[in-house]
Amino acid sequence: MSLFAAAAEPAFVVPTLLLDISFLALLVVVAFAIVRMRSLFGIVMLQGVYSLVSAAWFVSLDAVDVAFTEAAVGAGVSTVLMLSAMLLADRKSTPVPMSRQFGALAVVVLAGAAMLYAVGDMSAYGDVNSPANAYVGMDYIAKTAEDIKIPNVVTAVLASYRGYDTFGETVVIFSAGLGVLLLLGLNGNSGRWVARPNGQVINDRSAPSAGLAQDLRSDEQRAEAET
Amino acid sequence: MSELFSQYNYVVVIILMMTGLYTVFASRNLIKKLAGLSVFQTSVFLLYITIGKVSGGQPPILIEDKGYGADKDGHALLDGPIQLAAGDGSYILPGPGTDVLYSNPLPHVLILTAIVVGVATLSIGLALTVRIREVYHTIEEDEIQNMDFVYNLEGTAD
Repeated sequence: MSLFAAAAEPAFVVPTLLLDISFLALLVVVAFAIVRMRSLFGIVMLQGVYSLVSAAWFVSLDAVDVAFTEAAVGAGVSTVLMLSAMLLADRKSTPVPMSRQFGALAVVVLAGAAMLYAVGDMSAYGDVNSPANAYVGMDYIAKTAEDIKIPNVVTAVLASYRGYDTFGETVVIFSAGLGVLLLLGLNGNSGRWVARPNGQVINDRSAPSAGLAQDLRSDEQRAEAET
Repeated sequence: MSELFSQYNYVVVIILMMTGLYTVFASRNLIKKLAGLSVFQTSVFLLYITIGKVSGGQPPILIEDKGYGADKDGHALLDGPIQLAAGDGSYILPGPGTDVLYSNPLPHVLILTAIVVGVATLSIGLALTVRIREVYHTIEEDEIQNMDFVYNLEGTAD
């Protein structure tokens, strides 16, 4: 903390404040629109917009590495993933009746109130001497130049100081890829496998909404599903 | 009042987090649920990054000292006096005698890992959704539960 005694700054810089408020307002608008919207295409695109606006705000918050990762991975890759899943599934979501939303609303309001109660204990926004900003993060800044000899502190911590964590992250990605392959199938069998719970077949025509609870497939199809 | 105003970012980020959580809880559509989860997750990232912001700071990429705060062409790199080193190519560190401030790199590192892990969980969730759709022909949660009941998948009546 004594490192920064000479470098105290005023808590608010007006242009940054304006930028922060506009980004936050945009984020709130987009998040509320996602709640209200029923077209899945719109929801997926707005989720990408949300990621992109947060990436822009990350730049203003000095987190440039996080910003380009969020723009590439959060706004790019996950939007593509969600779009492709949406194409394989449905395009519209059915509305949820108001009476079934009160439980969720109550939980969310309670959790939000508890967190807002705790906000008073947080240090001020941008405080240079806050506990979060004073200890180990500053040690990394002070030692990176000497230990790792590269200018980017985030890269130094990610790839060198905490290299094992990054390796673990790679293992997580590998397992996720493996899981997706196992779920969707490598050998083109995707979609042909039919569940037969208790010897019954679930499909469009046998769905409860169709009022028919028996197997309506042809004998060939049934024989194929058996093998 | 001024204290609350100095923490406005946390208040808004909590509202955003709760909006995402509400989408997860209230919607019955599995893809909309995952979109809500994604919003919730991005809001948690925002919470961490705002904690690491230092007012008047700059990104945690160390500035090389090229002689009293000027680059090769003589343009000033920073405002104010820099007395740390006389252009020996070392990096300028924060401390007495300099007015350079870096934001906290630690939350950035944590969130970089979290973003990538978030995409991994999202892809698994979407693959599950596609499989559920193949078997149940719907991704609406209440219809799936209804089918489980009709077909006795919960195994209560046997």
